[in-house]
Amino acid sequence: MLEVSGLTVRHGQLEALANVSLALAQGETVAMIGANGAGKSTLLRTIAGLHRPAAGTIRLAGRDITGLPVHARVALGLVLVPEGRRLFGSLTLEENLLVGAVRGRPGRWDTARVFELFPWMAERRSRPTIHLSGGEQQAVAIGRALMANPRVLLLDELSLGLAPALVQRLYDVLPQLLEAGMSLLLVEQDVSQALRVADRAHCLLEGRITLSGRPRDLSPVEVEAAYFGLTAGPT
Amino acid sequence: MQWVNAIVQGILLGGLYALFACGLSLMFGVMRVVNLAHGDFAVLAAYLALAVITGLHVPMLWSALIVAPLFAGLGYVVQRVIIQRSLDVSPVTTLLVTFGLSIVLQNGMLEAFSANSHSLPSGVLAAGSFRLSPQLSVGYLSLIVFAAAVALIAGLQLFLSRAPLGRRIRAAADDPEAAAIVGTDVRHVFGIAAAIAFATVALAGIAFGGYSSFDPAAGPQRLIFAFEAVVIGGIGSLWGTLLGGIILGVAQALGAQVDSGFGVLAGHLVFLAVLALRPSGLFRVRLT
Repeated sequence: MLEVSGLTVRHGQLEALANVSLALAQGETVAMIGANGAGKSTLLRTIAGLHRPAAGTIRLAGRDITGLPVHARVALGLVLVPEGRRLFGSLTLEENLLVGAVRGRPGRWDTARVFELFPWMAERRSRPTIHLSGGEQQAVAIGRALMANPRVLLLDELSLGLAPALVQRLYDVLPQLLEAGMSLLLVEQDVSQALRVADRAHCLLEGRITLSGRPRDLSPVEVEAAYFGLTAGPT
Repeated sequence: MQWVNAIVQGILLGGLYALFACGLSLMFGVMRVVNLAHGDFAVLAAYLALAVITGLHVPMLWSALIVAPLFAGLGYVVQRVIIQRSLDVSPVTTLLVTFGLSIVLQNGMLEAFSANSHSLPSGVLAAGSFRLSPQLSVGYLSLIVFAAAVALIAGLQLFLSRAPLGRRIRAAADDPEAAAIVGTDVRHVFGIAAAIAFATVALAGIAFGGYSSFDPAAGPQRLIFAFEAVVIGGIGSLWGTLLGGIILGVAQALGAQVDSGFGVLAGHLVFLAVLALRPSGLFRVRLT
């Protein structure tokens, strides 16, 4: 569904991503783990079209989308839930959702469906989102992305700044998204949470993929080594 | 009674200022662009209207039907081709670029239309008036302009708060990157906002041309009034801009009542007082 090959991104002199390749099949969940500054967010933002890669290609359902602007990628079914939620402060909850449907593909997601997924939203639909809690805002950000009926949903740091119980509630929703064949690429600092939901995981370190595999095949020692860049050896 | 008359005329004049300022307010509220060429575009609209009126032999108000859509198109192009590029660099660049545009427009108009001043033939509109009492009468033109300003601001406000496109404009104004992430073509939406702003500039330019004479260098002086109306009312708030225009108009009319040379100065003093005491304006800063 999504295929990234040889992606290199530079921020000025700094090489934020170096030759990163990954693939995402339909209905699959892939997690990117890694420390702060490893390039996880840069990877998602580049796939979404917010950064121009210096090299490499991004393909969605076989089509090369490397040069497309952000909004055109949304129309093709590639939608990012950005880090920090980024809701529209002067819009109501429902308006936030509706803006998400502007370029969307036709499909099963609409406001009624999002309200089904997050029942508390219905009665607060005409309120501004600034009064919502962090977890509720994150749910609105997910709902807003779903309104475009994505084929691939990019989730950037769902857990950032949220209490663990709230994070769990958000992750509980993910299986319902996968049912319809949506693919998920998620970036997460909470490694255990990410490995629990993912079919496959990649670990990023300083812009390079240092470890890939199925969560159950990865030993904690391996993950730790890839995460912190430790070379295997006697400790 | 003279004072009542001054207040009524001031309110009506405020309508003109509000009509003129709402494009500035919209451009700033949505794109965070301070368009220093705003006044010059209004003058350009007046020249275009003059050409339409003399060329097609239509009355002044009818010329708006041609000039306003033309200006909407011009606004879209100017936004996409010139302003957006400078926005991508930095907010300060937009100031330099619109300042440059202002100079180019003034000199271009000087070249094309000479330095002679013109005015739009407003005919019965300028001369005719309702006589409310022996000392109090309101001109047709100022009444039409005031009504147009109120209707325009109400319509714009309704469009921004209710229409799907208005919602996208507000979303793009809040956070352009987030709007792009959820599928909004932000450049296109900004272009549309500029088109709306420029259409209102065209209306204001024609109204100004009916009120008084204009020449290629008239833009910057008028821009000051628009700025003052916007700042008094609160930047980015359209109703605030209407209120700001009215306060400015009344201050000028009352000042002129004290001494005929004191009018514009009184407006400036009110503006300075608001800037000193309530720098964010009288209205809350909000696009809706």
